[in-house]
Amino acid sequence: MSFLQIDDVHKAYGQHEVLKGVSLDVERHEVVCLIGASGSGKSTLLRCVNGLEEINGGEIRIEGDTVTGAGVDLNALRRDVGIVFQSYNLFPHMSVLENVTLAPIRVGGVSKAEAEERAMGLLGSVNMQDKARSYPDMLSGGQQQRVAIVRALATQPRVLLLDEITAALDPELVGDVLEIVRELARGGLTMLLATHEMGFAKEVASQVCFLDAGSILERGPAQQIFEEPREERTQQFLSRVVKSGRL
Amino acid sequence: MSAVDLVSDEVQPGPTPSQPRGVAGLATTGLVVALAGLALAVAAALRLHSYSKGAAVPTGVGVLLVLAALYPLLPTARAYARSGRRSTLLGEGQLVASRRAAAAGRDEATVAMGYAVGAAIVSVLLLIALAQDGGIAQTFFAGHSWKLAFPEMIQAFWTNIWVACVAQVLVLVFGLLLAVMRMLPGRAGRPLRLIALIYCDVFRAIPALVTILLIVFGLPLAFPALANWPSAWLGAVALTMTYSAYVAEVYRAGLSSIHPSQSAAARSLGLSYAQTLRTVLVPQAVRRVIPPLLNDFISLQKDTALLTIAGIVEVVNASTLWQSKLFNLSPVTLAALFFIVVTIPQARFVDFLIDRDAARRSGR
Repeated sequence: MSFLQIDDVHKAYGQHEVLKGVSLDVERHEVVCLIGASGSGKSTLLRCVNGLEEINGGEIRIEGDTVTGAGVDLNALRRDVGIVFQSYNLFPHMSVLENVTLAPIRVGGVSKAEAEERAMGLLGSVNMQDKARSYPDMLSGGQQQRVAIVRALATQPRVLLLDEITAALDPELVGDVLEIVRELARGGLTMLLATHEMGFAKEVASQVCFLDAGSILERGPAQQIFEEPREERTQQFLSRVVKSGRL
Repeated sequence: MSAVDLVSDEVQPGPTPSQPRGVAGLATTGLVVALAGLALAVAAALRLHSYSKGAAVPTGVGVLLVLAALYPLLPTARAYARSGRRSTLLGEGQLVASRRAAAAGRDEATVAMGYAVGAAIVSVLLLIALAQDGGIAQTFFAGHSWKLAFPEMIQAFWTNIWVACVAQVLVLVFGLLLAVMRMLPGRAGRPLRLIALIYCDVFRAIPALVTILLIVFGLPLAFPALANWPSAWLGAVALTMTYSAYVAEVYRAGLSSIHPSQSAAARSLGLSYAQTLRTVLVPQAVRRVIPPLLNDFISLQKDTALLTIAGIVEVVNASTLWQSKLFNLSPVTLAALFFIVVTIPQARFVDFLIDRDAARRSGR
């Protein structure tokens, strides 16, 4: 049984169908990349897995336990499933340390001292410990995104969702953030990530899924998707990406 | 047509150098305005001197006014000088230097006009104040009336201050409660959302004066236990009821101005709706609504004057008593001054809070 099972998930905003029956299995310690054009449903899928969006059909299971629909403790689910957003979404009225310790203290029931000690350790691992007392507005985009990753990790999730986390960053700041994700992958963290960084996807992904208009059109090992895509739409998408110099 | 075709000398002809703009006309306008301001200032100063029968302070004020009205002549002179320099340089064919001289001259001329108009406005106000043989001063600013009314009025003003303070604290709490009620999610929240909505609609519709009359006179009749309450307390309750409805709207606007991504981020960390509200949304919303909140608070302070209708001895009540005793309106002006004195520092204090918050967040 797979660790994370996404089974025929449907999602619509009014008349507009964003996900048209998406199924995807993610094994423990696997890194799965979602690629596809803007509007293909990558972000929506991630938000559904985290329970930020209610799904209209299908089911999502974590270790066989259904986590969608009625009777699910979403707050408990979210302790197991962390998410990092494209626009960082740090809390601007809290210092970096307060951002990171908020959930462990309020939700995890950890003492303030212990949460801060752990947070400093995590911040240290992304070279941000000297910014612990700073406020998000004082940081660069890359620094903010590193804090956002640490904030998501502080609740010790079992799977981490990354929603185009480098899309809003200046090119020279992308590397630092990707290096952290690379390290997390090496450490065996299960991750599901939507990305436009094809080179990076090729490098870290154990499985790549190409989303087109709300369904997974093609999936397979990175090597196969990028070098011998079977579907015509995938070929078109990748050739446009190559043209824009992103692969 | 490809992008290359867009770039050609025909589509983008070279610039033609622009001629310097004229200065003399503007300088002359400046001179006329400056002289008019000066004339008004001299008239006002003479009027002040004769009205005060040559007392030192008013005469000094008049002299200062005339000196201030003389200042615009300086930039006017400079504007004329630049005008001459513009023509010389233009004759020598130094186009750029001539344009710079012209721009500087026009600047000087507008500065002269700005200061001259300022001096003229002050002078005219002074002339109006001293018209009718000092009628305005006698009616509104009679010093001996102020001296008589001051001790009693400052005491009455304390009632306004503490009623306002008590009401403000209550409004902060009650208004937030209403705002949060109006934002409760789901079917379970519907009855409470509706109640909060009706409350806000009703109390924003009723004039504050009517609420005051109903509460201050009605509550003791309906609840004999309240008959011993000082009516100023009931006044504070009435103002709280009215202003909570306004402040709830302010809070609500603040809460809904926080981007949904903040709420998503908090919920994604496992925080409950209530925790998200308390730790993420409300703290940010409160910071954002401080300026409009202060506006409502200043309104509230001023509306403590309405308590006079319920017979509560506050500053306006006291001032009208003195007005009828002295047959002079100056005590009422004094009440106005009291309100000005307490309001302006608050406005500055809130500016300071906003600046400090912004500075702290951007690390300056």
